[in-house]
Amino acid sequence: MHRRSLILALSLLGLPALGAEALTADAFVRQVSSDVIEAVKVDKAIQAGDVNRIRALVDAKVMPHVNFQRMTATSVGPQWRAATAEQQKRMLEEFKTLMVNTYSGALTQVKDQAVMVKPLRAGSTELSELVVRTEVRGKGDPIQLDYRLEKAGEGWKIYDVNVGGFWLVDAYKGQFAKDLSVGGLDALIARLSDKNKSLAAAPKN
Amino acid sequence: MKAVWLRAGRCLLLAGLLAALSACASLPGEGLSRSDPWETVNRRVFEFNEMVDKAAVKPTAQIYQAVVPRLIRSGVDNFFGNIADFWSSANLALQVKPRPALEMGMRVLVNTFMGLGGILDVADEMGLERSSVEDFGQTLGYWGIRSGPYLVLPLLGPSTLRDATGLALDFKDSGVSMVWRDARDRNIATGVQLLNARVKLLNAGRVLDEIALDKYLLLRDAYLARRKSQIYDGDPPEDDAAPAAFRRLVR
Repeated sequence: MHRRSLILALSLLGLPALGAEALTADAFVRQVSSDVIEAVKVDKAIQAGDVNRIRALVDAKVMPHVNFQRMTATSVGPQWRAATAEQQKRMLEEFKTLMVNTYSGALTQVKDQAVMVKPLRAGSTELSELVVRTEVRGKGDPIQLDYRLEKAGEGWKIYDVNVGGFWLVDAYKGQFAKDLSVGGLDALIARLSDKNKSLAAAPKN
Repeated sequence: MKAVWLRAGRCLLLAGLLAALSACASLPGEGLSRSDPWETVNRRVFEFNEMVDKAAVKPTAQIYQAVVPRLIRSGVDNFFGNIADFWSSANLALQVKPRPALEMGMRVLVNTFMGLGGILDVADEMGLERSSVEDFGQTLGYWGIRSGPYLVLPLLGPSTLRDATGLALDFKDSGVSMVWRDARDRNIATGVQLLNARVKLLNAGRVLDEIALDKYLLLRDAYLARRKSQIYDGDPPEDDAAPAAFRRLVR
């Protein structure tokens, strides 16, 4: 209990001081996650599962910190480089819609959680790519939530997320493989588009 | 307590046997698809499980959640959590992790004697939080026994040859079978335990359905990755050359 309130206090203390100064990777993760969690906690509409509000939040608070191009490229694999600019654009769009949906679904679960950012591994502060480990603590068992970050100018961008031991890019690689091998990128785009349409049409409860 | 250590010894003996077994069963190079040679059968069992879940298990879980007051539900959850903690503590000991094993043991003692036999999680309030859930499959993995082929169990869902063997021991030597001796009581208790587990997954299931293009594959990949991560305490290596036990020695 003590730790939880301490983290919250620390993350609140940290906020005004951020400004123009370059953040360390762990401070960056702490800032983004507490931003999102705080926004969810004060917003009754989001807690009730209002999809449009959740999407707006994800667009505003999460997407700017994600290197989405890289996530898509690695999820697709070798076929990405062979794709036309038009194909890449459509793939990015469909994948982004799916990701926002995924993330939104997860966000409706946020209630009384706090995120504990674990200390960086020694010697990793100099790296341009590194992993920041966190743990989401709430009522149930703690959930492992790790981020792969890359340096982007003065700041950081997320290019992969690990939920409970499972990297998202690995997850999508597995999901994409079959369509890619059977019908190429076009087949995959069509599949994602169908999926997104059915999600949009499905009643939300 | 003596009985527990006798059982632990028997577990280790079995582990040795299983090591030999999984050496035969595991294929060269554990790529994700190659770790699933039984996919055809697995998919059928998966379809069956989905059907049973949709028709019976999920509705029951929803009714349970709607009808039973939160206080009682959390009591049930804590109670089974306490039993699981006891088994975790034993498994941590088998993995020669004395400190977490002791802490987990303390949790069990506190909750059993001060938390009305485990119905209240007073240890959590005291700062003795549940740090992990360890089962015998993880202990086997920790000592370097490969997962073997992926296996979907009827009703119980994702597993592997190793974890299913571990699970058989989990059921026989731990948990409800130590509390309830009578077969009928034991079956009821196991039923409630599974129902409790399903209730906790009600919301997760929705998220899964939303992202999955192929739910079978997603669950499989997630399960295999998660187990590997658990065995390496959240920090698995890219290649799985050295067992977790060995890696800890080297560090």
